[in-house]
Amino acid sequence: MNRRQFLRFNTSAAAPPTEGLRVTRRTNTGLEPYTSSWNIDDKLHLLRRATFGPSQADLKAFDGLSLEQMVDKLLDTSAVKIDPPINNYGNNIADADVAYGQTWINAPYNANLEFARLLSMKGWMWSLAVNQKPTVYEKMLLFWHNHFAVQMTSIPIASSYYYYFKVLMDYGMGNFKTFTHQITVDPAMLFYLNGRLNTKNAPDENYARELQELFTLGKGPESQYTEDDVKAAARVLTGFNINITSTPISSIFQSARHDTTDKTFSAFYGNTVIKGRTGISAGTDELNDLLDMIFKKEEVSKYICRRLYRFFVYYKIDDNAETQVIEPLAKIFRDNNYEIKPVLKALFMSAHFFDSWNRGCVIKDPLTHSVSFVRQYQIDFPKKTDYELLYKAYGFHNGYMLLNQMDLGDPPSVAGWDAWHQLPIYHRAWITSDSLPKRNEFQDYLLWIGHNIGASYTMKVDVWKITQGFSAPNDADKLINEACHFLLPVNLYKLQIADLKEILLPGGIPDYNWTDEYNAAVTPSYPNHATARQSVALKLGYLYKRIMNLSEYQLS
Amino acid sequence: MKRRSFLKAAAASTVLPISLNGMNLRSLQHTGLLGALGKRSANGKVLVIIQLNGGNDGLNMVIPLDQYQNLTKARSNVVLQESSVLALKNTTKTGLHPKMLGARRIYDNNKMSIVQSVGYPQPDFSHFRSMDIWMSASNSNEVLTNGWVGRYLDKRYPKYPQGYPNASMKDPLALQIGPLVSLAFMGPITNMGMAVTNPSSVYDLLDNAVGEVPATPAGDELAYIRLLSQQTNEYADVIKNAAAKGTNKSTKYPTGVRGGNLAEQLKIVARLVHGGLQTPVYMVSLGGFDTHSAQVQAGDTKEGSHADLLSQLSIAMEAFQDDLELLGISDRVVSMTFSEFGRRVQSNASTGTDHGAAAPLMVFGDAVQPGIIGNNPSIPSATTVNDNVPMQFDFRQVYGSILQDWFELPPSEVKALLGEDFNTLPIFKNSLSRIDAFADFMTQISIGAVFPNPAKDRALISYRTDGGGTLQLCIYDSLGRLIQTCFNKPHHSGEYEHELDLKGLTPGNYIIQLRSPLKSDTQVLHVM
Repeated sequence: MNRRQFLRFNTSAAAPPTEGLRVTRRTNTGLEPYTSSWNIDDKLHLLRRATFGPSQADLKAFDGLSLEQMVDKLLDTSAVKIDPPINNYGNNIADADVAYGQTWINAPYNANLEFARLLSMKGWMWSLAVNQKPTVYEKMLLFWHNHFAVQMTSIPIASSYYYYFKVLMDYGMGNFKTFTHQITVDPAMLFYLNGRLNTKNAPDENYARELQELFTLGKGPESQYTEDDVKAAARVLTGFNINITSTPISSIFQSARHDTTDKTFSAFYGNTVIKGRTGISAGTDELNDLLDMIFKKEEVSKYICRRLYRFFVYYKIDDNAETQVIEPLAKIFRDNNYEIKPVLKALFMSAHFFDSWNRGCVIKDPLTHSVSFVRQYQIDFPKKTDYELLYKAYGFHNGYMLLNQMDLGDPPSVAGWDAWHQLPIYHRAWITSDSLPKRNEFQDYLLWIGHNIGASYTMKVDVWKITQGFSAPNDADKLINEACHFLLPVNLYKLQIADLKEILLPGGIPDYNWTDEYNAAVTPSYPNHATARQSVALKLGYLYKRIMNLSEYQLS
Repeated sequence: MKRRSFLKAAAASTVLPISLNGMNLRSLQHTGLLGALGKRSANGKVLVIIQLNGGNDGLNMVIPLDQYQNLTKARSNVVLQESSVLALKNTTKTGLHPKMLGARRIYDNNKMSIVQSVGYPQPDFSHFRSMDIWMSASNSNEVLTNGWVGRYLDKRYPKYPQGYPNASMKDPLALQIGPLVSLAFMGPITNMGMAVTNPSSVYDLLDNAVGEVPATPAGDELAYIRLLSQQTNEYADVIKNAAAKGTNKSTKYPTGVRGGNLAEQLKIVARLVHGGLQTPVYMVSLGGFDTHSAQVQAGDTKEGSHADLLSQLSIAMEAFQDDLELLGISDRVVSMTFSEFGRRVQSNASTGTDHGAAAPLMVFGDAVQPGIIGNNPSIPSATTVNDNVPMQFDFRQVYGSILQDWFELPPSEVKALLGEDFNTLPIFKNSLSRIDAFADFMTQISIGAVFPNPAKDRALISYRTDGGGTLQLCIYDSLGRLIQTCFNKPHHSGEYEHELDLKGLTPGNYIIQLRSPLKSDTQVLHVM
């Protein structure tokens, strides 16, 4: 009987779960603050969900902080400073307006360069996640990029796409109502959902529909706006246009194209009449009225809180979650006039968020998968001034994500990615018989082979970096335990752990063998140092590979 | 009289060549109607579902030539030049988009059925809802979390995935050529489908240690990933073997970007079926049909984004059918297209069209009863932005026909899978082998006059049927919503009149629709 047969044979007799995560019935936790244990697993849970996966250094940065201090730090985005995307293509295509290494965001449109700039944009978007300081800012950018989705392929103008993304950056941690106003008149959005074509003579209801269906109210049972409301909202929004002669492209309001008649809404909106206006401020005034009317519906706050819940906690919202979390969270949202931070703070500090029931149940999206991998293993990137090489390294990850159906900058539709809205599969949409093998291939490739870019750079895991970050890597049990806690959000069964220990200590030989070998590997004066170093590196590689090949690694 | 002799008698007693949507009885015989009787097995049969994402503009694909004047009025900036529309064999009423030469050849070779105005009673104009409705085969106001194909496969292969693969089913139950698995493949317990982009290389997965999982949400997700991992490993070799054994013979597959990805996907399907894979259902897809703006090129309406898409579709369809024929497997593969909705009758100012309701779909393959099912949609002479094409056929009638006449499922099980009893349509050659269906199919029904028109409060409608049977009269509003079912009762052959009660209807265009199980006729009524 080989090991695998042995494991299969024993599954029915597997030891009953003993560790803390193995609760077997659900609990009724809500938004009340979490007051139980405050340990490294708790911190890891928070960082896995609120960031793109912690590095060991991130974890150390929160040493000694209380839960509230840690959450405050994660929400403090005042020091976030992001440099815009740059000309990384200058070695291959000349750009008369932008020097190599300088940003192109205010450069005039150039049909020959837009594609290169858009690729630069995609690489840059990936780099935001990997270079994040441990705050929730970047994760929220992804949330909003999925929520207010705009497809780059539909807006092949790099600067416009950047400024669309800038709206997410500027308002993503601010006020949701203001945010919605800004995105409504963003030139890329006016282009993408035809707002620029929406005129009094030919109303185009594309944006008016998505504003209600996807951006504010959703399609839940309490969202009862009508087809006529869509048409009336479209008429409210007539007259906005883009000015393609400005650099970058700006949005304008053309009162001559605006429908100046009154717009009457259905009983769902209390038969509200939005007064038709004339003149140059008509568009803004009526948009304000429209958003006032929509944001009066409590459903807006609930819909957004449900989306946040699906993003940060779990995709299934049961009755307890609806009444104990969504409803009070939505109230906080409304009471704070749609400010986003108080909502996140309440959620991240709640007993529900830390409930063992809710740990480890988020399937990593491809961005989180690739970025957390890089951060866990502290993979080196080319130096900042080697622009072309650096962006090629980012681009490798864009390519991996593309294969796994997450093309940054190009969500599949205005509804964003399936994983965050498609009933009933939600997050499971990320894992298919096509993508799961690719995830494993990606991990194995960077772990074993490495990706060469140019002559001087290889993107590859150095197993020593992560290993030396653990407290006692020469102790096989401690190493496996810490590595599993750091890399996996759920505890393993004893048999799985035994399987891992086999890698370090084959055939059940005593633990001191690993200790001796490891010590020799890290101490140059040992006579067998060189061979031990090779042998240990190989075993560490197999250990991490085996951990990551576990299905548990796809969870967060 | 036995069924077989009844049909022979019915065919022989026909004196006049009765033309049914361009197909006369003689061709019914020749196309193997009688030979199809008695063959009752789903074994080896394959269904290929071609999903057109975004809402395909049916009025710009299957062109109602007898409505051209009104169509031109309603969508002057996108409508095709009438002379450019491709004529179809045996009909002058209906044509195809000029870029669909390949599809036309399939039709003219008697291998395609076009089903007119397929939709559902209360149309939803959201892509996402409407897509879910089509995939799950739910009612408009109902949310089902599994798909129609998944429910069928669950019936055919009970308890999957427990005990699969096994000796009688070694292969995946459903394959999506692409990276994601559709809701349509979701079964009551698990997804019955698998996603594959490149059947020749599937990376081996290591985590096949099957064990307990904690009874938590994390445990649920873990069980899902492990199951997938296990299935992927188990099916990977089967797929690789089929891909290695199978081949493609058609030279009509396009090369280069313009040919598009759909042809590539269908090419994989042909190769796998030829390679011996027993998988009964495949899904492929083509996106980009959400043509709100610039669906045609200004100044030349037969060009533009919608034309490009239809061209890709048509080229892919023809190459696939050609391949299947050359490979000798065309008798056991049928394909159907569908989209989540059609588009509005009136175009918008951006040379595009907005979300609509019903639209035609195409089913093709050797086993298909060629012809057009249903009538051209009636286009009002004066349209508003709201006007839609109402459904003539519920999409679940198409599904039901596939389940019953292609996969040979008994009607009671079809009903159980679809929730209600939907009349099947004569899409397959063996569809008409049932006496009732044959009789329905032979029956002509029509609406004569509606008077007065425009009308207020009431109007009188005359209609006739030459065969009898159950007739239904319905009123749809311009959005395509069912407003009123006036009657649903048995009729003898003859001419009839009925008074329509229009009180309380808001002014606008309405569609009056007369339906028998397999036929329908419509008239536009303007209510003042």
